[in-house]
Amino acid sequence: MNTNDKLLIGGHEFSSRFILGSGKYSLSLIEAAVKYAGAELITLAVRRAQTKEHENILDYIPEGVTLLPNTSGARNADEAVRIARLARELGCGDFVKVEIMRDTKYLLPDNAETVRATEILSKEGFIVMPYMYPDLNTARDLVNAGAASVMPLASPIGSNKGLATKDFIQILIDEIDLPIIVDAGIGRPSQACEAMEMGAAAVMCNTALATAGDLPVMADAFRQAVEAGRKAYLSGLGRVLMRGGAPSDTLTGFLRD
Amino acid sequence: MVKINGKEHEAAGKTIAQLVLDGGYKPERVAVELNLDIVPKAKYNDTVVKDGDSVEIVGFVGGG
Repeated sequence: MNTNDKLLIGGHEFSSRFILGSGKYSLSLIEAAVKYAGAELITLAVRRAQTKEHENILDYIPEGVTLLPNTSGARNADEAVRIARLARELGCGDFVKVEIMRDTKYLLPDNAETVRATEILSKEGFIVMPYMYPDLNTARDLVNAGAASVMPLASPIGSNKGLATKDFIQILIDEIDLPIIVDAGIGRPSQACEAMEMGAAAVMCNTALATAGDLPVMADAFRQAVEAGRKAYLSGLGRVLMRGGAPSDTLTGFLRD
Repeated sequence: MVKINGKEHEAAGKTIAQLVLDGGYKPERVAVELNLDIVPKAKYNDTVVKDGDSVEIVGFVGGG
């Protein structure tokens, strides 16, 4: 097995394959979440600034963790581009997770606008990680638009419903020559593990941790699940029989001889 | 009047640096847009706002 198994995104190398969201939980838990999840990439959002009496999330993120600002709140490509430029002006690197939603009930991404924003931002030197509905044609368009990875949803954001789009994510993993990072909807470590067994390059979670009973312990569980799934994928999963069974030891023993 | 983060303020004639200071923000933790164009930090001191301008002062918060 490859012991130097790294995740490469836009020329940057990561040992961890778990991307951590930072929304909907206390800033005081961020350090523990990063530590137990083993996360090297953490997402953030851009909003109207809070005054200096308020705590700032940047003071809670351990050194060495790469920031991945998202464009949440954007309803079209132009708004996403505007947010991405502001995020870069905040001075924390060139990564951006493009996230464009027109629909507020299911929060499903707008694939066409996402392709458009990806094209603009990658030309401006951003490392673009677009969140998308798992569609092969869109994924190909994202590759051509200069995306650094493709982030298909497993199920609606914040739902914890797991790999509802499993078969379509598998198509992206099989056909797209960029890291496929399963984002949104992963609710349990077993689902993260399954995504990794399928060959996903990484998994991103936020709500699964934010709504867990004990966040640091759940972060640890996700780290282990992602590592287990990755190892299983690299080792090559055992085959599945469509019918019948096959003994795991020889049946022609002394009793029948 | 100058619109700052959605609210009208008597701020015409002030620099971006003053607006950031008056608003109680840490300059190193914000990014500023003036009428949809980003104002680089190096220009905070010599960018003056006028009546009718719209300013956005943003920062990072938790998100997924």
